[in-house]
Amino acid sequence: MGIAMTSSAVSCRDVGKTWAAGSPRAHEALRGVDLDVAPGEFVCLLGPSGCGKSTLLYLIAGLEKLTSGAILAHGQTVNGPAPERSLIFQEAALLPWLSVWQNVTFGLSLHGVSTEERRQVAREVLARAGLSEAFDKRPDELSGGMRQRVSVARAMAMRPRVLLMDEPFAALDVQTRAKMQGFLLDVWHATGASVMFVTHHIDEAVALADRVAVFTARPGRIKAVIDVDLPRPRDVEAPEAMALRRELTGLLRDEVDRAFAEQEALTSAN
Amino acid sequence: MGTTATASPRAGRTNAPKHAPSRMFRLWAAILGALPKLFWTCLSIAFFAGIWEFLWYIGWADPRLLPPPHIFLGNFAEQAQFFNTAERWTIGVDASAGPSPTMAVLLTIMATILRVLAGLLLATVASLMLGIAIRYWAPVEKLVLPTVTLLAPVSPVAWLPVAIFLFGIGNKPAVFMVFVALFFTMVLATISQIDSVNRNYINVGRIMGATRRQIFLRVILPAILPGLLVVLRLNLFGAWMVVLIAEATGVGYGLGQVIMMARNTFNPGLVFFTIVIIGVIGSVFDFTLRAVQARVLYWVPKGQASMGGG
Repeated sequence: MGIAMTSSAVSCRDVGKTWAAGSPRAHEALRGVDLDVAPGEFVCLLGPSGCGKSTLLYLIAGLEKLTSGAILAHGQTVNGPAPERSLIFQEAALLPWLSVWQNVTFGLSLHGVSTEERRQVAREVLARAGLSEAFDKRPDELSGGMRQRVSVARAMAMRPRVLLMDEPFAALDVQTRAKMQGFLLDVWHATGASVMFVTHHIDEAVALADRVAVFTARPGRIKAVIDVDLPRPRDVEAPEAMALRRELTGLLRDEVDRAFAEQEALTSAN
Repeated sequence: MGTTATASPRAGRTNAPKHAPSRMFRLWAAILGALPKLFWTCLSIAFFAGIWEFLWYIGWADPRLLPPPHIFLGNFAEQAQFFNTAERWTIGVDASAGPSPTMAVLLTIMATILRVLAGLLLATVASLMLGIAIRYWAPVEKLVLPTVTLLAPVSPVAWLPVAIFLFGIGNKPAVFMVFVALFFTMVLATISQIDSVNRNYINVGRIMGATRRQIFLRVILPAILPGLLVVLRLNLFGAWMVVLIAEATGVGYGLGQVIMMARNTFNPGLVFFTIVIIGVIGSVFDFTLRAVQARVLYWVPKGQASMGGG
């Protein structure tokens, strides 16, 4: 694997993934995905549920092995997880037996960083996340939005160059979600990391992304990549934003219909 | 400070006096919270003991077969003479020599408790290790798990002859009985606990660059600890039941041996007396484990490492 596209933060080349390959239960999640993400770029992956967009994130994170193709991160072939490519899940996945600051610096503690230094890092990162008050709290004492901010802070403590986010705000209510989007954009500006953000909300993609990659129904392929040339901070009610929403809705509708039909066929077949 | 009484513990903003009142508040809340439970426990026991006494009073309960509590609990020394007999009834030892009645009872209780704890400890450590080995190395799973699954439903009583064949009489077969009664089910419980660990906890560890060993020690072990404590608590009752059977076969002295002797000498009062002792000790054990459990579930955030408490 060469040093092909050193300029890309993440580079997916003809990526394919088949779960349980070779068994009768095999099903193809991704096929022939080509996608480049520039350093500091914010890319949303948009598609019907079950289209494999989350699978792509797990492959980039190195948590799963791909079936075909190649993934490069900053020119290096991905063959396992690394702190510089941090994945944030739909649930915050904070370790309940650790306090907030211990959670935030969990990664540092694995690498033998001293307690004093870890507390210092936790103080800085939590201050940036507006969570200084929560320093000594336990995860179960926090609200859902706060927990998710802690999980972002935990990723930031490892200074990732790529932030992979798997529908991180899907479990939150609408108001909290809007706040969290603002928070995420702040973090993104402050760190200059690339962000790959999976969502099935068109509004969220329009509000956040530099580019939106629209996925087809299973097996997931990239149907179109749309540039979002809207000034930030964004007004999602602006006419240009509305036009973009319409365009994305149109692209997505066929795929949702197909995914739906496929699911119906599956249920009637059983 | 006196005005903080109605405030919730978290409401206090000032730093210095915050901890003391809230801690006192929690202590009192705990005591007050436990009072109704204690009351109902006492009432429940008094209720059933009362029925028993009443049945004796109207002559339905024959005191030679079902002596009511005031009879079998009334004369401690009378009952205590049957405890710790192995040493006092040895030839050449004066029957009145040896420990006082209270000491004799305590010695007998301690002997049984130590057997329970030894079996419980061995079973816990061994089943934890085997369960982890099964989950971590596929060949171990393939080789061992079918046999463990096969043996898990076998009643511990079936192991009694095996215990005697292997270990003769004494402490060893009793401890073995406790061990074997718990071991197989606890292996299966450990495996299911490991399987139910949130995948994303493990994924977080992997992303942060944890080694396999770190994922086990820092993620899986603390994650399964609460569940394992529940299993341990449930198995504690199992251990108490089986130790009595094991002791009936031939140990120097123990609560099971006392019950067996009471059966052979037709002494129902002694049986009920021992049952009361077993009930009280079992409850105390359960209470203790639950207290430990509460501490683990509400993990103290100011811990040094996440490994404490186990």
